[in-house]
Order: sequence, then C-alpha cells, then structure tokens
Amino acid sequence: MTAKTLFEKVWDRHVVVPETPETPAVLYVDLHLTHEVTSPQAFDVLRARGLRVRRPDRTLVTMDHSTPTDTAQVFGGKPIVLESAAKQIRQLEANCAEFGLDLIGLRDDRRGIVHIIGPELGATQPGKTIVCGDSHTSTHGAFGALAFGIGTTEVGYVLATQCLLQRRPKTLAIEATGRLGPGVSAKDLVLAIIGRIGVNGGTGHVIEFKGPAIEALSMDERMTVCNMSIEAGARAGMVAPDDTTFDYLRGRPRAPQGDAWDRAVADWRTLRSDAGAGYDQRVQIDATAVEPMITYGTNPGMVAPVSGRVPERPGDAVFARSLAYMGLAPGDALRDKPVQMVFVGSCTNARLSDLEVAAKVLAGRRVAPGVRMLVVPGSQQIKREAESRGFAEVFIAAGAEWRESGCSMCLGMNGDLVPQGQYCVSTSNRNFEGRQGTGARTLLASPATAAATAVRGRVTDPREFLH
Amino acid sequence: MDPITVIRSRTVVMPSSNIDTDQIIPARFLTTTTRAGLGSALFADWRYGPDGRPNPEFVLNRPESKGCQVLVAGRNIGCGSSREHAPWAMLDYGLRAVVSTEIADIFRSNSLKNGLLPVVVDEATHAWLVANPGAEVEIDLDATTITLPDGRAVRFPVESFARYCLMNGVDELGYLLSQAEAIAAYERRAR
Repeated sequence: MTAKTLFEKVWDRHVVVPETPETPAVLYVDLHLTHEVTSPQAFDVLRARGLRVRRPDRTLVTMDHSTPTDTAQVFGGKPIVLESAAKQIRQLEANCAEFGLDLIGLRDDRRGIVHIIGPELGATQPGKTIVCGDSHTSTHGAFGALAFGIGTTEVGYVLATQCLLQRRPKTLAIEATGRLGPGVSAKDLVLAIIGRIGVNGGTGHVIEFKGPAIEALSMDERMTVCNMSIEAGARAGMVAPDDTTFDYLRGRPRAPQGDAWDRAVADWRTLRSDAGAGYDQRVQIDATAVEPMITYGTNPGMVAPVSGRVPERPGDAVFARSLAYMGLAPGDALRDKPVQMVFVGSCTNARLSDLEVAAKVLAGRRVAPGVRMLVVPGSQQIKREAESRGFAEVFIAAGAEWRESGCSMCLGMNGDLVPQGQYCVSTSNRNFEGRQGTGARTLLASPATAAATAVRGRVTDPREFLH
Repeated sequence: MDPITVIRSRTVVMPSSNIDTDQIIPARFLTTTTRAGLGSALFADWRYGPDGRPNPEFVLNRPESKGCQVLVAGRNIGCGSSREHAPWAMLDYGLRAVVSTEIADIFRSNSLKNGLLPVVVDEATHAWLVANPGAEVEIDLDATTITLPDGRAVRFPVESFARYCLMNGVDELGYLLSQAEAIAAYERRAR
C-alpha cells in the first residue's frame, strides 16, 4: 500500500466520482456551514431551478458577519442600525424557513462566528470534508478535517447536491520544530510562517502543519494556525488529530456519543500521514526562535517581530505605497508606535483561551487614555464562560467594551469600524487596506500583544506583562 | 450565461501585486442580497475620493480605460476573502478577463463560474503587458491562447471542464445533478 498523507486519506474517502482529464472529481461534503453574506444568491439559484436542499441535516446555518455586536441591537429591541444588514439577516431567516433548514439565529444562545461554533458544537470532526462560503473555513482543518472556503455559486451546488467539483490540490508540509517560548502564541507562529512563505506561498496547496511545536498546541491554538492558512494563499490547512483533538470533542453536543464515540476515535487515530508519504513541498520553521510578531503593511506577509523595524525595500513601488497607506517608513521601530484602537476578536482569536490571556494582561490595569478597546467573544457560549470566569469583569474594569459575539471589527460591514487614519492593533486575520473601515490602519498581532498595547497605548511586547 | 469563445479588447493595467478581494469590492457592499449592480462598487476605495467623486488618478477613471474588458494585474490578484462579489463586480463593470502571473485559488474558481476568464501567463509576457497598457489583445478560449499585438500567441492553462462549461454557456450544476445516483450510492456506502 502506498504511503498517504493526512490530506490524501481524507480526500480519498470523499471521492464520489474520480477525476478524469475531462472532469474534476465529484467530492462529497460532510458538513456545509452557511451564513448570511454568501448565501442569498445561492438560495436564489435553487429557487429559480426548483431545487431543494439535499441534506438539511448536513447544513449548519448561522449569522455572524453583518450582525451587530451592540447588546441593545441584539437583545434590547433597538433596531439594527444598518438597514442593509438587517435586511440580509431577515433574508437568511426567510430562506431557512422556505428550505427547511435549522437556523442558529440572532438571539440563539448557540450563536457565534461560524468557524467558532462548528468546533464548539462538535460538528467539526476529524476526517470530515467541511466547506463554507468563507475563506476562513480553513480553521476547521485543526481537527484533521479537509476544510476550505468556496464562493456563492458553489454554496448553491453544495446546497443542491452536497457535492463539489474539485481537482486535487498539491500538498505542502510545514514542520514547526522546537517549542514556542513563554508569551509567544500560535498567532505569532502563523504570522512568522506567512512572513516566511509569503501571502502566495501556499497557492494551489493544502498545508499540513506538523512537528513538535504544532503537537504541543491546544485546539484553540491549532485553530488559530489553520485559520490563517488562507492568508498564505493555501486552500486549506490541516493538523493530524490526536488526544488533544479527542479530548476537545468528547461530550460536545454533535460529537458521536457512547459506542459510536469509541468507534469514531479508533477511526480518527488512522488519520495521520504515513511514514514516507510524499508532499509536493516542505518547509521547516524553528518555533523556538519565533518572537511576538506584528504586521506593518497591508497584507499579512508584511510582518516583523514587535522588537523589529519596518524593512527597507528600495525600488519596490508596491511596498512603498503600502507603507504610505500605513503612515510608516522603512527603518521605523514597531515597538512604542502609538495606537488609537485595539480589537480582540474574530475567528482567528476570539476563543476562550484568547480572552483568558488578554484578561491576564489587563487584570488590575487600565486601557490607556485615548485608546478604544473592543473585546468581542467568538460565540455566545464563550461570552457566558468568560463572564463566569471573571474575564469580562476584567475587561470592563479596564475600560474595554465587552460586546455580543460576531465578526465585528474584523471587517467593516456590521457597524464596528476603525476610523479613517487610525491605528488598530487587531487579533484578526487581515490588514488589507480598508478592511476594518475606509482608511483604517491595521496592525495584526496576538491577543497578548493587543492587550499589552491597549494598556500602554503603544505597540508593546506582551512578555513585559506576562513575566 | 452566454458562451465565451473569443475576447478582443484593449487592456487596462494595475501592476500592484496581491490585489485582494477587499480592494476589488470592500466589505460594506456585501450586505446586498443580489448579485446585480455591483459594478459601481468595483475598487470603490481606490476609484472614488472621500467625497464620493471619481479619483482622476485611478486607472479605471482615465478616459483611455473606458471600454477595456481585459484587466492586467500584478501577481496574486484576488487573494483574501472568498467573496464572489469580486467577479460579480468586475463583470457588472464590464471586465471579461483578468491576466496575471498568478491568480488566487478561490477568486479564480469564482471567476470561472461566472464567465470572467482568469488568464495566467509567464513573467515575460506579463512584463510586456504591464509595460504596454492599452495593448489590443485577443483571448481565445478554444485555443487557450492570448495573442499580443505582434501576433505572438501565448498559451494559458484552464481547467478542462470549466472551459467546456464556459464555451457552451452552461454551469457545473447540471453535471453535478446528473450524478445524483452516484451521490446517493456514496451516501449509502459512507454511512
């Protein structure tokens, strides 16, 4: 038997019709995550062609992108300020009713960012194929699932047939040796990886993250790493499931129970790359050498250690334009750069352990005068847990805003915006021009760096506060 | 969808690398529930000033760009968000093909589904196109070539089934629906 990679094992299990030179493979989708932004036009296609949803039981629908995070708008009866967002939410409710889909709606206590609630509910499982009209679907690869983002046309295909047409992607092994140092997080590791391979380093590939530094990560941390696979251009990122994975999933509402659980775990243990399995590319990174990282430009590959400086790239007009947008110059130190906003949230870093580390930094301290800090939990369940464990109290006492779950300030479409020209240290995934609002200047970093920066009002190495 | 065989047009050039889909269409336009009328939002933050008036410096606002259907862009165009609103906005604006040395995966897939041709060319061809904005090119989907004004035809790769669909003006859904029996058999086998 030929040695197979984790990716190949999951792929092979889901081939309904093998690929030929003329036609791509028909690939079966085990779990289809759906949200309000990328689905309306897909439901229109179903309607126009008289089609139904083939497997409502394999379709998990929620709303997260355009939903407000202001408690009064979510629960207080205050109208949703953005009328177009309100309309999009109503449209999803109507589509779910018409097509017989369960909806985790605006006031549902299971609601949250789709990539956070999939794992939280136990719907995300090793070996599954998972798709969503959202590029950060790569998050779910942390469980050893093959999970990737698709467009709205493909959302329609999956609703109608539970399948997609796919050519088999290439594979890239990223081996992280050593171990992350204290105060250095999974976010720093993945930013360092993107800085190394570039924002197109993974194009056409599925990444398998492996090595001792990856195995040592918690599920929350593995999700942060896989989440940002797409920022390296990769189709998906995967981590082989192990006891950390199984411990996370055990007992979750949609995970297998009883005997089915034992059978599932026995099967999941086989989902590892065989010794001698070949990858199209390999990259090695020494995790021990990774420091707290922060971006300085307008893509996640423009990143440096917090202790570093903006590099020089003479003659690179695109680089110069990006720095001009950011109001930075080659040679500028990143540490001590004053900021006006801090955002802790998003599908990258809004899980309980992210909030825990932010609370640890903020405990007994205050957000610096002149800085606005938003803390937006990834789900309503995380919100409740953070409240019961006292994190929320720390945020509120520090002067941060503690809000309802959602995509919030990761992208400017729900009312949470960074004003023109302001600097925002953000735990989200994209520092693209205008991503957090027209003219917003985003510096991507870990929750610890974000919280430490909020306290000083300047870019800060979190190790100063964590030691 | 109308069948595509040949696109003849002058080019408009945006040489920046890594033009992400947030630039192609910013998120604030994504609360729409239809795919129509997004052309006015194409490159909105680059195309219009803070007062909403067209920025005369931006390439699409220059008189010579009017009517150009082929966008030549820097490496890795379409990276970032999976929003299909990006090709919808380009098509609604009047673009029909995007040429680069590298096109991000999801954007390329979304483009093919809507009849916006992603054309990946070698560095030398790309460098010539970037240096010669407004060049009249011919993109032939049947021959899978882009022909430069000097008559040189350069091959480009295109997934065979996507090409078949585009040339016949059909989408992939019909084919997937025709696999219903195989899908049902898979579902019985898998669980």
